[in-house]
Amino acid sequence: MTSPTLTGAASPPAPGGAAPGARPPRRRGRALPYLLLLPGLLWLLVFFALPMVHQASTSVQTGSLEAGYEVTWHFATYADAVAEYWPQFLRSVLYAGTATVLCLLLGYPLAYLIAFRAGRWRNLVMILVIAPFFTSFLIRTLAWKTILADGGVVVDALNTLHVLDVTSRLGLTAGDRVLATPLAVVCGLTYNFLPFMVLPLYTSLERIDPRLHEAAADLHARPATVFRKVTLPLSMPGVVAGTLLTFIPAGGDYVNADLLGSTDTRMIGNVIQTQFLRVLDYPTAAALSFVLMAVILVAVSVHIRRSGTEELL
Amino acid sequence: MTGTPSGGDVRLSGISRVYGDFTAVHPLDLTVPEGSFFALLGASGCGKTTTLRMIAGLEEPSTGTVHLGDQDVTRLPAYKRPVNTVFQSYALFPHLDVFENVAFGLRRRGVRSVKRQVGEMLDLVQLGEHARRKPHQLSGGQQQRVAVARALINHPRVLLLDEPLGALDLKLRRRMQLELKRIQTEVGITFIHVTHDQEEAMAMADTVAVMNAGRVEQLGAPADLYENPATTFVANFLGTSNLIEAEVVSAATDEILVRAGGDTLGVPAERCPVPAAAGTRLLVGVRPEKAALTHADETDRIPDGRNRVTGVVTEASFLGVSTQYLVNSPAGLGLAVYAQNVDRDPRLAPGAEVVLHWSRAHTFALDAAQDIDAGTETLGTADVSGTVAGTPVKEDAG
Repeated sequence: MTSPTLTGAASPPAPGGAAPGARPPRRRGRALPYLLLLPGLLWLLVFFALPMVHQASTSVQTGSLEAGYEVTWHFATYADAVAEYWPQFLRSVLYAGTATVLCLLLGYPLAYLIAFRAGRWRNLVMILVIAPFFTSFLIRTLAWKTILADGGVVVDALNTLHVLDVTSRLGLTAGDRVLATPLAVVCGLTYNFLPFMVLPLYTSLERIDPRLHEAAADLHARPATVFRKVTLPLSMPGVVAGTLLTFIPAGGDYVNADLLGSTDTRMIGNVIQTQFLRVLDYPTAAALSFVLMAVILVAVSVHIRRSGTEELL
Repeated sequence: MTGTPSGGDVRLSGISRVYGDFTAVHPLDLTVPEGSFFALLGASGCGKTTTLRMIAGLEEPSTGTVHLGDQDVTRLPAYKRPVNTVFQSYALFPHLDVFENVAFGLRRRGVRSVKRQVGEMLDLVQLGEHARRKPHQLSGGQQQRVAVARALINHPRVLLLDEPLGALDLKLRRRMQLELKRIQTEVGITFIHVTHDQEEAMAMADTVAVMNAGRVEQLGAPADLYENPATTFVANFLGTSNLIEAEVVSAATDEILVRAGGDTLGVPAERCPVPAAAGTRLLVGVRPEKAALTHADETDRIPDGRNRVTGVVTEASFLGVSTQYLVNSPAGLGLAVYAQNVDRDPRLAPGAEVVLHWSRAHTFALDAAQDIDAGTETLGTADVSGTVAGTPVKEDAG
């Protein structure tokens, strides 16, 4: 009241048409985030949520292909599936876990090199990391069949170096063969998922301010300590993201075990694929899928909890 | 103190740094006495930070050596040098809290119980209650103090500060200047401070080295540098100077008389660094706060024996405590006068005819064979006067 111009500007006393004229844009502004979300939500609903519900219902159905299936809340399917296929579950976790660790060991130095040492070669090396994606996953895995073929260069070399003696004793290979052994499957998984490890690692390493390395050196940290106390902790978001992006798809993968393995290296993905497409036992296949999902969710949440990166992410 | 008996002077001998065909630092000799507050002052790209990094061990010199006291540390990696740095924009470890940031250096040197020392250091920089905060939860000034504490806790022989106040706003910067000065007096460690802010350098340092294009232009106490600049760069970069091109009329043992644009000016002979004979050219300078303006109607009130230049006021900016005038005269365009607002003469408005006058003792001379505009900060001044050959256009950077 004391200053009419000020109060007039701050809160217009709504003289009829002014307020309605000003409101619609604000309402549209509030709705905009939801409008932007809509396409993605619809996509997820149709292609993720509905199939999930469908599979969930399939997993508790009984019946036969000829007579048709019916929801009977037959949860015993889950128990039976786990009881029968727990070795494949275990093997999947083991193979995917080993491949993830190998990816990390191979990928971290590579990502570190690209982020800090590659200089003007950085983009070229990045392209080389992504290059395999330009050819089909299947073709590349088939190529590994040739690489690891009996009597091939790799197998001969490993034989000469007596590496296969060691791996055979560990149960990773069988005799003079690499193909159709666990080693071949793990190698295939490692190869195929390496870029999924390198990319997030690179992103998180690249974000580290190089002056932090200088500051650590200035504060009497030797190079190895700089890595342990500064680089590694700051790259943990990348390590977590990379291991997740590697472990999750590797755990459900069946192509590597199919092409490079044998009946003794069947992973849970192979079982599910067979149940769905060959045996046509849909309830068991669906139940196995859900168990796999649960196993991965538990493993992932334990992993994130233990690496303690919530506050860094 | 843990200093060696022979003292902890920092000695740079013939140190230089070359990148490809760009010479960042020309061979440089510099001694920083133990316990002093030393400033390396210069515009960006003058080589001051490179020099600092060579002392820190973060940059390897192309030639020359770095000595700390008697110890040659030229080939010593950064982590082994008894030197710590406060980095520009601090480079605090974002994953560690304030306590762990400060404890970092102690832990690396294998100190077991750091709690008491870290606590004392945090008290020194008044951050005791923020020990468990992460750096991003602190204000700029607080982060700056963490950076200082993190470096000082290691009791370095030398503390290097790389534009440590650059990211702070003006008021905070003033406060931190006093704070840093207090800390330096308290701990007695040698501080080498890199800055482009001449006021900051003069306010804090005992000795200032003005650097330009990879070389030290002049070195000395702030007041000495300000009163007796040796080059046009120092005259213009450190504060502001009115530089006038003049020709020597006569050179006596005590005083040199010169002519500039119809006025005759006197310069004390001891303030002329180059031999002056009749006919040679000189640059004559005076600081704007030492000059006074008198309206042309009252020239009889100017005491005798002062240097006088007649001209016309082109600009008068009232700044509260003082008024800044720009005067165009035949001797030079855009001559600046800072007058304290004690008895302001309202007639001194643009267009007024005035006499600019100052004590002869406040006049200095410089070699005319150098760029008269070296070191002036061109803050987008497109004044016409700037294009007139050899006329100084002074912009107050503050």
